[in-house]
Order: sequence, then structure tokens, then C-alpha cells
Amino acid sequence: MKNSLGNRLWKIITSPSRMMLTVGAVIIMISLVRQYTGISDITSPGAAGATIRFTIPILMAGLGGLWAERSGVINIGLEGMMILGTWFGAWFGFLYGPWVGIFAGAIGGALAGILHAILTVRIGIDQAVSGLAINLLGMGTARFLSGVFFIGKGGDVNISPQVEGIGTFTVPGLSPFLTDIGSKHILVISDVAGVCAGFITKINWASLVLILALPLTAWILWKTRFGLRMRFCGENPVAAESLGVNVYRTRYIALAVSGALAGLGGAYISVISTGNYLEGQTAGRGYIGLAAVIFGNWTPAGVLAGSVLFGLTDALRVRQSTSVHALLLVVITLALAYGVSKFRKKDWKGFIIGLVIGGVVLAYYLINKVVPDEFVTFFPNLTTILVLAFLSQRLRPPAMAGAPYRKGEESS
Amino acid sequence: MKRVNRFFWALAAPLAAVLFTLIFVSIILLMKGANPLSTFQLIASYGSQPENLVAELNQTVAYYLAGVAAAIGFRMLLFNIGIDGQYRLAIFIAAVVGGATNLPAFLEVPLIIITGVVVGALWASIAGYLKVKRNISEVISNIMLNTIASGLIIYMLQPGRFGLKGGLSDNLATPTIPKSGWLPSLHIMGGELYSFAFVAIAVGVLYWVVLNKSVFGFNLRATGMSFRAARASGVNAPRMVFITMALSGAIAGLTGMGELLSHTHTYSLAFPTGYALTGLALALLGRSNPIGIAIAAFFWAFLEQAAPALDLNGVPKEIVMMMQGTIILATVTSYEIVKRITRRQQQRLVGAAEAPRVDADAKGVKS
Repeated sequence: MKNSLGNRLWKIITSPSRMMLTVGAVIIMISLVRQYTGISDITSPGAAGATIRFTIPILMAGLGGLWAERSGVINIGLEGMMILGTWFGAWFGFLYGPWVGIFAGAIGGALAGILHAILTVRIGIDQAVSGLAINLLGMGTARFLSGVFFIGKGGDVNISPQVEGIGTFTVPGLSPFLTDIGSKHILVISDVAGVCAGFITKINWASLVLILALPLTAWILWKTRFGLRMRFCGENPVAAESLGVNVYRTRYIALAVSGALAGLGGAYISVISTGNYLEGQTAGRGYIGLAAVIFGNWTPAGVLAGSVLFGLTDALRVRQSTSVHALLLVVITLALAYGVSKFRKKDWKGFIIGLVIGGVVLAYYLINKVVPDEFVTFFPNLTTILVLAFLSQRLRPPAMAGAPYRKGEESS
Repeated sequence: MKRVNRFFWALAAPLAAVLFTLIFVSIILLMKGANPLSTFQLIASYGSQPENLVAELNQTVAYYLAGVAAAIGFRMLLFNIGIDGQYRLAIFIAAVVGGATNLPAFLEVPLIIITGVVVGALWASIAGYLKVKRNISEVISNIMLNTIASGLIIYMLQPGRFGLKGGLSDNLATPTIPKSGWLPSLHIMGGELYSFAFVAIAVGVLYWVVLNKSVFGFNLRATGMSFRAARASGVNAPRMVFITMALSGAIAGLTGMGELLSHTHTYSLAFPTGYALTGLALALLGRSNPIGIAIAAFFWAFLEQAAPALDLNGVPKEIVMMMQGTIILATVTSYEIVKRITRRQQQRLVGAAEAPRVDADAKGVKS
């Protein structure tokens, strides 16, 4: 029992041991906030469903970033790969149906991933340059192809024809039951029920399939021989090579998968979320995926946590902007709790930081009625900067991610 | 002989890149059913019309400054992808300050320019601080800072904060800068050339002189070449990294200033984005050399000016964007390949000179 596959997977997903505790505390806090402010949308099934839809593209991009960086190559081209995913997804989805579209999105992203691999691994150009150029190429290619293919087929230079949808499923019996409990406004119980109801009501089949990428990634990277070698390449390619790992080939595979995952995220946006390709619809989610990787400290569980956090703010912003305002109370509580914990450890600097952040946000909460959309939009980016600034000692990126590596040469 | 050889290889890389791009684009054009030759002819003839030339020169100035900003970072192996946020925040705040004050021209214009420079430097120094104190890649922090800058600008541009609803276009814009803060344009070739071009030239000269002829520039280049060696010889290397980032941001703050001072006199969301990528591409193309960057900037502006003409003739104008992306990749790739070829040549030369002394046992050992 102890070593069953399911048990192992569970361990991987919950690898930071305090995660369950944290999740519990957050649930209670959100529940209290919901009770206090009376904004019941925060934990409604609808909000939970929307969070899933907003989380998946970020999660896919984040997992793509994880694959690339764990193998030692930074992938700033995620955004461009996502854009290709949206285009290929919409076009092939229009021609052959949504599932083919999603698959084609993965292929489109993977092609860009392989290009990134050729340029950075084989030729050895700067990884940031290659990534940024791929973003430019992805944008240009999608625009160019739209002009060539969409006109006359019911689309235009920046919009594709409509793709037919994929069905959803609802767990019978349980879903209405939980929804019912959720609407009774009982502390904690209703909130948990409401969120759970959201997870089993009208869930798109594609969401269910794509989310499998998370346990699969965790399993491949930490439980297989290939995964061990891949992470080895990210930590010390010279040593890996000397022990017989083919660093180039490993990185090629990692980047192809990275691009495919980003492409899947893009295809999800165009095929599932909107039902067609719209220019600029990725809206920087590739970069937010990169942010989720950092936020998640280069672990699958962490990437999931980051994606959910960023997806949640996105979803709440779109549904009801007062929800985000109410959630400031959670931020205030967390900041003050941080300050108090530092106070007990006699860490005065941390105490003051916690107090100041809590105080400023509290003042903002009391003065304003809503959080402006613009602030919510860059919330993931600001969070990443703050995490980097305050927790950088605790972060542990792959040691050689971003460093150039040539076979047979000492890395300089 | 050696000199000619080096010169040849230095030119070979960008030429090969441009050639590769032309071939690549030709293939795409042929697939689309357009004639590549006539398309290139169209770009060339449209771009070299006098009235377009002036517009290109104005665009060149902005691109040039973005390129120099990127090039300063490159000398320190810093990848300032934050130019976009730095430039827009700088121009926005400069426009706000200019719109709120009404000093005599000899004070107003410098005030606006210096505001831009300071804001750009400050915004960039966030990334510089994180890099030096927290060892965080400037690429990641700058990407995040770009989005934050955009959000802040949109927030502050709302009516009732610093923005006004524009008259003709429905764009949100800052209050118009009073006439004393306007910089005249030169009337040439039927167009109006922003006189800010002279500032750009001065920046280019200053960049070259400071980098190549001053102790500061020497320290900067030394730190870029080897952080540890510079540190060992007494240079405060982390401080140099921080200053370089701030300097790069300061120059980024000048990007777009010509348009603000001589043309729009107000900041609106119509100010273009994407200067970071362009600046980096130009610095790469021009090998961080001020004249090289200028040529590359003109080339870039030339291509972009011709884009609308392509659309009118049935060629999708996005081909220009693809051309630019391809040029970046092709340039970097060919520089990398040339670097390897020349290194191998040098190794061979050294090997030939050393060969009589080192014999049999050296054979079979890969150089």
C-alpha cells in the first residue's frame, strides 16, 4: 500500500508537506471573508468552474516552462508557442473538429519548441534572444496565416471561423446536492461544497484530459529514468554528459514537450474558452506561466498552486470585481500573520515588513470599494516580483538553467 | 592580410543573415503566390520616396535610442528586455510633468527630458537591484515589470487621475504640454524631421566616448567580460551591474521623446509598444556599435514604413514582422557560427606555429 502508484503520485503532488495545512487555513479564511462581506460569488460553483477554465492555460504554460527549465533551457518563447497553439487549434478545430484542433495546437507549439531547441542547444545562441524572437515569429506567423486561410471561410485577418464545442459532464446526483449545500451559506461547509460542486458541474472533457498533464509531468520528471536524467541536465550538464547522458537529445525532447504543453494551453484558449482564434487572446499568459514556474519554485505542485492563484484572480475579475476587493482581506490577514510570526522570532525586519504591507492593504481596502481592473491584471507579475524579492533565498531553480552548454567544453 | 580576413568575417555574418532572410521570405511569398522580386522592389521604392524618408528618419531616431539602451546592457551581458516598460513609463510621466508645468522653454524642455531619463533609470534600477542583491535574472524581473508598467499607465490615464478624454480620437491622453515645451522640427524633403535627432546623435557619440575612452567605460567592459576578474582587480562589479542597468533605463527613457516633444505633445496609448524587442534586435544586428545600430535602425524603420504599401498590393503586411523575427534569429545564428569558424582558424594558426615544438604526443588530441 505504502508504495502503490497512487500513493506515490499523491506524495509528489503534495510534496511540500505543509501544503494541506495551508490549503485548509486558506479555505477557512476565504469562508470567513465570504461570510463577513456577503459576497457569495467567491466560493460559488460558477466561480470555481471559471477558475478551472482560467487556470488550465496558465498551468499548461507553466508545466511547459517547468519541462524546459528542468532540462536547463529557459523558455521565454512560451508566449509565441501558445499563440501558435491558439492558431493551429482553431484552424484544425474548424476543419476536423475540436479534438483534432487541440492535438494540432500541441503540434504547432512543439514545432516552435523544436526550433528553440535547434537554436539554443545545437547552434548555441542566447536562450533569451531565441525565446523572444520565437514570440515575435509566433505572432507574425499567426497573423500571416490568418490572412491567408481565414478570409472567405467565415473569418478575418484577426479572427477565425467558429469551432464546434466539446461536451461537458456533470456528476449526477452529487452535483445538485453539493450546489444545494453551497447555497445555504453555512460557514466553511457551504464554501467547500460550493467549490467542489464547481469541480464536478459542467466540466469540459478537454479540461479533464489536459489536467492529466500535471500528474504525468510529476511522474515522468521524478519517477522515471528519463526524468532523472533530464533534471540532471538542468543541474549539471557536464557531469551528466560524462556519465553517458545525451544532453542534447534530452533537451530536444524536453523542449518539444515544453512547446507542446504551451501549444495545448493555447489551443484550450481558442477551442474551449472562446470557440475561435482571436488575435492577442493569449494576452501574455505565456509570461504568466513563466511566473507560475518561479512562484512554484520549479515543482509541479508549486506550478499548480501558482496557476490556481493567478487563474482565480483572473476568473474573479471577469465575474465580479468586488470579489477581488473582498479577497484583499485574506492578503491583509496573511501579511499580519507573517508579521506576528516574525515578531515571535524576534525578526524585527520581517515584523515591520508584514505590518507595513498589511497596513497599506488595509488602508486601501477601507478607502476603496473595488480593486481597479488594471491592478488585477498585473497581480501575477507583481506577486512574482515580490516572491523573487523576499523569498529568493528559499527558491531553488535548476542550477544550470539558462547557462550555455556545448558538448566537450567546460561551461564558462 | 589578417586584417582583411577579420573584416570579411565581420561583414559576412550580417550579410549572410540578410540573405537567408530574403530567401526565407521569398519562399513564403512564392507559397502565397506573390512575386518576391516585385515585392522587394515595392518595399525599396516605397521606402525611398522623400516624404517617407523623413518619417523613417524620425522612427530611426526612436529605434536608435532603444538600440543604444540595449547595447549598453549587452556590454555588461545584461539583457534589458524592460526597455518597453521603462520607455513608456518615462514618456508618460514626462508628459504629465510637462503638462502640469509652464516654464520658459529653456527650462521646460530640459525638465521634460530629464524627467524621462530619471524615471527610466529608476524603473530599470528595480531590476538592477534585484539582479545585484537577490541574484534574480533581469530578463524575468523586466518581463514582469513591463506588464506592471502597462497596468500602472492605464490606471493613471483614466479621466480624473492624470488623463483626459482626447478630442478627435477617443483615446485617453495626458494634458497637452504648453508651447514652451515643444521642440521645433526641421522642414526637409517635404517632411518634418524632429530636432530631437541631434540629441540622439549626441547620445551615440557619448556612448562611444564613455565606453571606449573613459575609466568608467573600461571598468564596465571589463566587468562584462569577466565579473570575477574585474572584481579581483578592484572594480566594484555589483555596483557596475546596477549602474549599467540604470543607464540603460535612462537611455530607454529618451526613446519616443522626439515624438512627444515635436509631434504629439501628449502621451496616449497610441504610443507604440515592443521597443524592447526592437532595441535588442538592433543592438544584436549592429554588434553594439553606435554606427552599426544606426544603420540597423534605419533598415528596420525602412521595412516598417513599407508595410502598408504591401497590403495595398495584395501582400500581407505581416510578412514584415516575420522578416524581422527571422532577421534576429539569422543574425544571432550567423554570428555564433562565424565566431566558431574564426576561433577554429585562430586555433589552427596557433597550432601551426606551435607544431614544430609540440610533436607526436600532441597528435590525436582534439584542440
